[in-house]
Amino acid sequence: MIVEFISPAKASFLGIPAIILWWIIPLAGIGIFSYILYRRTRPLCLASFDPRINRLAMRIGATVRYALAQYRQPRYPLAGILHIFLFVGFVILSLRSITLVFLGIIEGFTLPGLGGALGNVYMVVKDIAATIVLITCLIAMIRRGVFKPKRYDVPARYGKNHTTEAVFVLLLISGLMVSDALFEGSLVAYQFQSHLETEMVLPMTLKGMAAAVLAPNAASTLQAVHMAAYLSHELIFFFFLCFLPLGKHFHVITSFFNVFFMKLDKGTVKPVKWDVSEEQLDGLESFGVKKLEDFTWKHMLDFYSCADCGRCSDNCPANAVGRPLSPRFISIKCRDALFERYPLWSGAENEKTLMDGVLEDDEIWSCTTCGACEEECPLLIEYIDKIVDLRRGLVDEGRVPQSLQKPFSALEKRGNPYGKMEKKRSEWAKDLGYVKVLGKKASAQTLYFVDSITSFDDRIQEIARATARVLQGAGVDFGILGSAEMDSGHEVRRFGEEMLFLELRNRNTEAILESGVKKIVTADPHAFNALRHDYKGIPEVEHICQVLERKLVSGRLRLKKIEDPHVVYTYHDPCYLGRHNGIYEAPRRVLDAIPGIRRVEMERSKDRSFCCGGGGLMLFYEPIEETRMGKLRVEMAKKAGATVIITACPFCMVNIEDAIKTSGLEGKMKAMDLVELVLQQMDWGALPNSKPTAETHSEAKNGH
Amino acid sequence: MEILVCIKRVPDTSENEITVNKEGTDIEREDLVYSVNEWDNYAVEEAIRIRDKVGGTVTVVSLGSEETEEVIRREMAMGADKGIHLMDPALEGSDGRGIAVALKAEVKKGGYDLVLTGAQADDGAGQVGGMLAAMLQRPFAALVNHIEVTGADTLRIGREIAGGNQEFSEIRLPCVLSIQTGINEPRYVGIRGIRKVASVEIPIHGISDIAVPAETVGKTGARVKRIDYFTPQLGKGAEILEGSDEEIIDKLIEILKSKGRIK
Amino acid sequence: MAPMIAYILHKNGVIDDTALELKSAAEMLEPEAVPVAVVMGSKKDVEGVCQEAARSFATVWKIENEALSYPNAEVIRPLLSRILPKGSIVLMPHEHFSMDLAPGLSICQEAAYLPDAVGFEAREGQSLRAVREEFNGMVRTHVACDLTQGAVITLRPGAFTPNERKDKSGQIIDKTPEAFQEGAPTLQRRFIELVEAEAGDVDITKSEVLVSVGRGIEEQENLEIIHELGKVMGADVSCSRPIVDAKWMEKSRQVGTSGKTVKPKVYLALGISGSFQHLGGIKGSPFMVAVNKNPKAPIFHVADVGVVADILDFVPKLSEKIGEAVK
Repeated sequence: MIVEFISPAKASFLGIPAIILWWIIPLAGIGIFSYILYRRTRPLCLASFDPRINRLAMRIGATVRYALAQYRQPRYPLAGILHIFLFVGFVILSLRSITLVFLGIIEGFTLPGLGGALGNVYMVVKDIAATIVLITCLIAMIRRGVFKPKRYDVPARYGKNHTTEAVFVLLLISGLMVSDALFEGSLVAYQFQSHLETEMVLPMTLKGMAAAVLAPNAASTLQAVHMAAYLSHELIFFFFLCFLPLGKHFHVITSFFNVFFMKLDKGTVKPVKWDVSEEQLDGLESFGVKKLEDFTWKHMLDFYSCADCGRCSDNCPANAVGRPLSPRFISIKCRDALFERYPLWSGAENEKTLMDGVLEDDEIWSCTTCGACEEECPLLIEYIDKIVDLRRGLVDEGRVPQSLQKPFSALEKRGNPYGKMEKKRSEWAKDLGYVKVLGKKASAQTLYFVDSITSFDDRIQEIARATARVLQGAGVDFGILGSAEMDSGHEVRRFGEEMLFLELRNRNTEAILESGVKKIVTADPHAFNALRHDYKGIPEVEHICQVLERKLVSGRLRLKKIEDPHVVYTYHDPCYLGRHNGIYEAPRRVLDAIPGIRRVEMERSKDRSFCCGGGGLMLFYEPIEETRMGKLRVEMAKKAGATVIITACPFCMVNIEDAIKTSGLEGKMKAMDLVELVLQQMDWGALPNSKPTAETHSEAKNGH
Repeated sequence: MEILVCIKRVPDTSENEITVNKEGTDIEREDLVYSVNEWDNYAVEEAIRIRDKVGGTVTVVSLGSEETEEVIRREMAMGADKGIHLMDPALEGSDGRGIAVALKAEVKKGGYDLVLTGAQADDGAGQVGGMLAAMLQRPFAALVNHIEVTGADTLRIGREIAGGNQEFSEIRLPCVLSIQTGINEPRYVGIRGIRKVASVEIPIHGISDIAVPAETVGKTGARVKRIDYFTPQLGKGAEILEGSDEEIIDKLIEILKSKGRIK
Repeated sequence: MAPMIAYILHKNGVIDDTALELKSAAEMLEPEAVPVAVVMGSKKDVEGVCQEAARSFATVWKIENEALSYPNAEVIRPLLSRILPKGSIVLMPHEHFSMDLAPGLSICQEAAYLPDAVGFEAREGQSLRAVREEFNGMVRTHVACDLTQGAVITLRPGAFTPNERKDKSGQIIDKTPEAFQEGAPTLQRRFIELVEAEAGDVDITKSEVLVSVGRGIEEQENLEIIHELGKVMGADVSCSRPIVDAKWMEKSRQVGTSGKTVKPKVYLALGISGSFQHLGGIKGSPFMVAVNKNPKAPIFHVADVGVVADILDFVPKLSEKIGEAVK
């Protein structure tokens, strides 16, 4: 005799129709979830303005790339692939879960379009997906619980380990998979017993296995399993939904938006306030971020979106040398502070400022703004703008380390962080004889923007001279601003002294426009980035490596063979040339144009390049650290088998040369600027005009 | 507590060589930049911290030409409540005593409980604080690197003395203290801070405003007058070793060997 | 002729070296004068100091009281102004104590105050032409000091050649009753305690050879090269004030007037510009080698041998060569 197998929609307990429960659970679940979301969005409404609804095509493209296609996930292969499996499974299975919820209310419910053959295909796909998701969850749990990858560690100062939350969520997901499998498996087993037509069941799927395991049981048992599984699924599903916004799994909901509203302009720094023009800045009561609400809504969304994957900190050079900075915990600490300040059940609490309780001064000053964290974050969380905003807040309150106050005040008075006299800015060029100082008497097509360190530092002046010689050799008509040049202000801005930056920028802009040049070239990526992104209305800017590449292609520059075949070169990507401006290939092509060169890549290169220790004002800051970034970088170069580290940035030169000395590798390894190497390898004889001398170019001296 | 901090605008010497002008009448000032005397900056910071703890006001006073206003404003941007600019042709050429005479009148006028000065200045001699205290007949301590308010009219102070030791005393208010660097970490003042106080009125006091007789200050009142500047002609000086680094090192090692310092 | 007074410093019953410098300065000021040494202190140590002073000064005034067991300028100033004749010329070394005492004393005496003199050039009647330093010794000035109503003059320690002749058997006059005639001065500033600088692992005051480093080291991490040189030379490492201010080395390693006074045989000043506060901590004229990238650094005026180089480049090479030489 065939006992009727009752579906959840028709079931009743003790005479009460179960459908009541199947209404209550979803309504309560959705109600609570909506309430939580409402509470979570409150701080975003109080936050600073941030215009992110623009350039929609780009945003949609980015969303497809980073959110849907999970483009950055495979940068960490195992974790990335596991995540992609989970994500795809999630997408597929969310349809099934929704269907299940409706099945309790509407007998035989199917989602629109999934009723017929497509539905059957979907069911098979979904069964496979569920199986994969469960396996993935198991692997992930073993990975988190047993192998414990280092990057998930929580240092004592940041609180307790986060493994429990991670494993708990994996268990919830597994619970969903298992309950659905039991729900369907019990039905299949019943249908099989009753010789009813069953849907297609793949044997190696969860559903298949559940059916096989349950097959020997009596129909009444199967009925009980069926109902219990349904109830479990309902409970887990809505519990999970409400649990998401309580921790790192909020990213499941927010990441899509976070990616859509991503920062589109690399290398830039956000204005002090998006809705306050530069002219109105003086009227602002307060500058920068001092309390949570000073962050923009997008930056708050970043905190919500952090999935605690630890990739940012794993790549952060400051974290690597033991500075008190870990970008991951900037997000986690600020998220927790937001949760605490905006609790779910009561009004706003804790009027404490960010810098007295949540974050620390040294933490905020430790960042070199290298951008490794942002490059790595699968969800495109921003850090540099937040760090800069926090620094603006500290500067506004006068909380600036003594080590930075001197260069700031020198910059204000003298336009360079060393406090050197303006008239000495062009002293490096004196012996060359042919470098024009642009002004009333001299003009040129191209401006060589030297910037402070290259103008004043004894060692780095070599880079200035090499640049001038190579430009001269390549037939570029160029000049410098001399004492009219101020520091580009790149680091000044990134260290939070916006007003000083604006002052420097305005003076430089005026001098540049007055000089009448058509193009600007610089050998300093920091100056390059500043002129390119922070300045407006000035001629096009190039880094010297771009000029070199062009001149090599056009044959205006020729390079001779490397003399010592035993020398192995490696190229260190400066952060502000590579990550912030995407220039990875030009310097490599210049190097590879040298006949006979042996070049190796370091493990961390291109967009994963490891910061040398930071430029500009970072050279003055005295961080708390265990070792130096430069030293780690030199070790990486050594490991790659290199004997010469080629840089294209004066600050990299300072840090790496220093690290070679302090690592005791002097004589075994050396650092050279790309321009210095090109100058060394220049084939003057092959050039249209011969090597410049002071005599043949004496007429150009007039401008000096 | 009503606190007065006496500050001075001085040439910034951090990276710049100070040279004597052709006539020997002054230092070469054309390429110099100026700032508040470093010691005075610590004194202002300390005053602000004391005020924030126990209440009251901080007033900064400086004696000098029109440009002096910029350092007064800077210290007001730091957090001082009031500024006073002492400026009068009669004050020009004052020696330490003359400056102390004018400041004494200012202290009397404002009724301050605590007067702070910097312990010294690059172009000064660390004298004004001690003189001022004696003129006011108030207790004084020089080179103070620690201040704690311990009672209604007592402070516990630390002085930096020889050998890196620190001497602690209890001093009665009202008093005068000269502040040594390192007593605190002064806060940063940027362009923005200065602009915020740009429109605050800084009263200019001439000698008639503070009832100081002209003959007690300025050149006429000075007992110590600067005659000229010159570049020190010092003994033979060091024998500078020349040559490549290798040659220099060889010579140096020879010399150190001869001194028995390397075997 | 104005009375000439030398205020004698002493510590733990030992007279300070500067006493003899005061004497020669007094003689320069007024060759015929008989300078009076003033010694103030507690019973415990004042006697020995007076006797020592009497070997150089014809007259020694002794003021002895338990209130003087610790040199408190706020006690000493009123006592001095009770016993010093108006119009006196008072000499004392320019250091921590006199910066506390002297400016106020000049007011009490209604005398001129000439601080931190490094030389006397001429005396024309009541006007003294003296030399002072400004801007850390980068420039010097001639000043005219009006002696009409007396003067309090502090002398840069080491700037005046000490008069070593100890051929006097001076008279010790007890001025205590006169000083305390009106009782002890009201105590407005009470000495509480002395906190000694933390003793470090090395006592640089006993070192024979010192490798001393200054601001030229630029960064804390670079100190390794200095320690390396110290190691190969078997020398102790000391430093100038900026290094301690930056908390890169302990206070106990600081040479200078606000740090330790050292008496080595050989002193290597590396990246030290040579402020007088630093040089004030070096006694016993050691053989001094200076390495500095600024050829105009004042250290080259006082060093015996100088090298114009960046210590960051030079010192590692030097260490290597010395390392080889020692082997």
